[in-house]
Amino acid sequence: MRAVDGVSLKLEEGEVLGVVGESGSGKSVTMLALMGLIPFPGRVKADKLAFNGRNLLTISDRERRKLTGKDVAMIFQEPTTSLNPSFTIGFQLTETLRLHEGMDRKAARRRAIELLEQVGIPSPESRLSAYPHQLSGGMNQRVMIAMAIACNPKLLIADEPTTALDVTIQAQILDLLMTLQKERNMALVMITHNMGVVADTAQRVMVMYAGQIMEERSAADLFASPQHPYTAALLAALPERSEGGRLATIPGVVPGLYDRPKGCLFSPRCAYATEHSRNVRPALRPWAGGQIRCHYPLGDPERDAHIKKDHLVGTEAAS
Amino acid sequence: MKAPVVEAKGLKQVYKIKRGLFKEPANLQAVGGISFAIEPGKTLAVVGESGCGKSTLARMVTLIEKPTEGSLTLDGIDAVNPPSNYAKELRRMVQLVFQNPYGSLNPRKKVGTILEEPLVINTNLSSAERKERVRAMMAKVGLRPEHYNRYPHMFSGGQRQRIAIARALMLSPKLVVADEPVSALDVSIQAQVLNLLADLQEEMGLAYLFISHDLGVVRHIAHDVLVMYLGNAVEHGPKDRIYARPLHPYTQALLSSTPGITGVKRKRIVLKGELPSPLNPPKGCVFSTRCPYVTERCKVERPALRELDGRQVACHYAEDFLKEEAA
Repeated sequence: MRAVDGVSLKLEEGEVLGVVGESGSGKSVTMLALMGLIPFPGRVKADKLAFNGRNLLTISDRERRKLTGKDVAMIFQEPTTSLNPSFTIGFQLTETLRLHEGMDRKAARRRAIELLEQVGIPSPESRLSAYPHQLSGGMNQRVMIAMAIACNPKLLIADEPTTALDVTIQAQILDLLMTLQKERNMALVMITHNMGVVADTAQRVMVMYAGQIMEERSAADLFASPQHPYTAALLAALPERSEGGRLATIPGVVPGLYDRPKGCLFSPRCAYATEHSRNVRPALRPWAGGQIRCHYPLGDPERDAHIKKDHLVGTEAAS
Repeated sequence: MKAPVVEAKGLKQVYKIKRGLFKEPANLQAVGGISFAIEPGKTLAVVGESGCGKSTLARMVTLIEKPTEGSLTLDGIDAVNPPSNYAKELRRMVQLVFQNPYGSLNPRKKVGTILEEPLVINTNLSSAERKERVRAMMAKVGLRPEHYNRYPHMFSGGQRQRIAIARALMLSPKLVVADEPVSALDVSIQAQVLNLLADLQEEMGLAYLFISHDLGVVRHIAHDVLVMYLGNAVEHGPKDRIYARPLHPYTQALLSSTPGITGVKRKRIVLKGELPSPLNPPKGCVFSTRCPYVTERCKVERPALRELDGRQVACHYAEDFLKEEAA
């Protein structure tokens, strides 16, 4: 089973990349692979996997541990469960600092207070001795962010950072993340299924489906004129884009472990599927300033001719 | 105007919280005086952050909990103190669809059994008749006949939510209370379920009480919107009015902090702080601790819900916002 298949991406310093996709599309696994956090029996195979010029495929575990948490940091979805409930906020925050920066207790404490202040937690000194259950979800997420930026990472991966939070708190956290990203010129990867969050924050967007990249382009272009039928269908299904009446839907469901189509992974649900795309899986190729994995991109002037030639079959009988 | 299916006046729910052996129990007001009415075929959406009393409201409307104060009538029948022979009738009239279809279906029962159960308990139909009704309902919500003998784990989230909706509709209720029915689903599946809900409403003339925190979904499905904050209604009225021109600062903040993809970058109002504890609510306006326009008056005097510009709003300065907007 290939949870993630043939993903290529490049991230520059100070860039914000949005990764969107439905559940099970491999968004999180891609980033965990980058962090080296894939548990046994999973394996990561790649032609090239490098961070800041260092090859992550051959790096020793010891080196890897030095890197994760310091230069590459991650924020998880559920702030209340990803913090350890049996240790204080202060302990968990200073642990990172002492380990990676070799600070002594006093210096680490001072820095921890500074960090909590930066992420907007009121009266930080008193919060150091609080346990995660004593803080609200929004506050815990702020603590997570403080921990992630403690060692000035060059790359921050945020996995659904606001999904578990209320709208007004979500706005606060997004604001905070974007300010920190600009101040420190960090590269930021924002994994989410919320198109609105991506449109608000990202410069570049990568759309994933069933473990593959379907489309990857600048955010403005992608939302204005999606090139992949999947992206277009996904955007059309959003209630905020509809003008009353019925919503556009995508028939069927994401392919599972045993029913992966032979050709394009989206072909059973695609309105433009042909005999050709049912049988031949399209390669990821450069297209309109980004990448796309489709035989018939929506912006292709010769698209209709191609589809006609390959015999249109459309979606499979919707289940 | 048709007679409303459900009419609530000043619904209040107060819980007593024990604070220890020798202390007086504290009063926690989860819902503080909510009034609304829903006509057949209409949808009222209740929006608000977690802890604002949305779900408590749903529990009162579905007769799971008795309100501490206020009146509730379902189809003209008093539901708080029902006439003795109507109690069972009332429960058939309101049904509930839950948020998480993974938790709300019994994993040990087949889909057919799950759907049949309400009929077994509430009607005198024969087994063959029940089966027929179940099959008809399955077709209506887009499930195939062969699904009858399958277990819930064999279905995807969207299909499970269809089963949950079918179960709620088995007794032909007049009102369906949907507590975040699509928030656990992916975008493409969410659209399918929302369409199904809209179709069923049209076909059966259902009234929906739709609880959600997703303002995009609410905008699509609702006719009326009720915005709650800390157990109180802050704004209530037709959807178009509220979305076009929110008059309460909380509604304004909610609408502006929902990230949109429409391309127009709105000025985002980022609220400071969090929901205050309902054990210790602010003395004046409930929103006064986080409101960007707060004045001394707001801190002492709680504004009442009043009619303005085609909707109800609870803010001392709503007129000023209206004028400002027009200017």
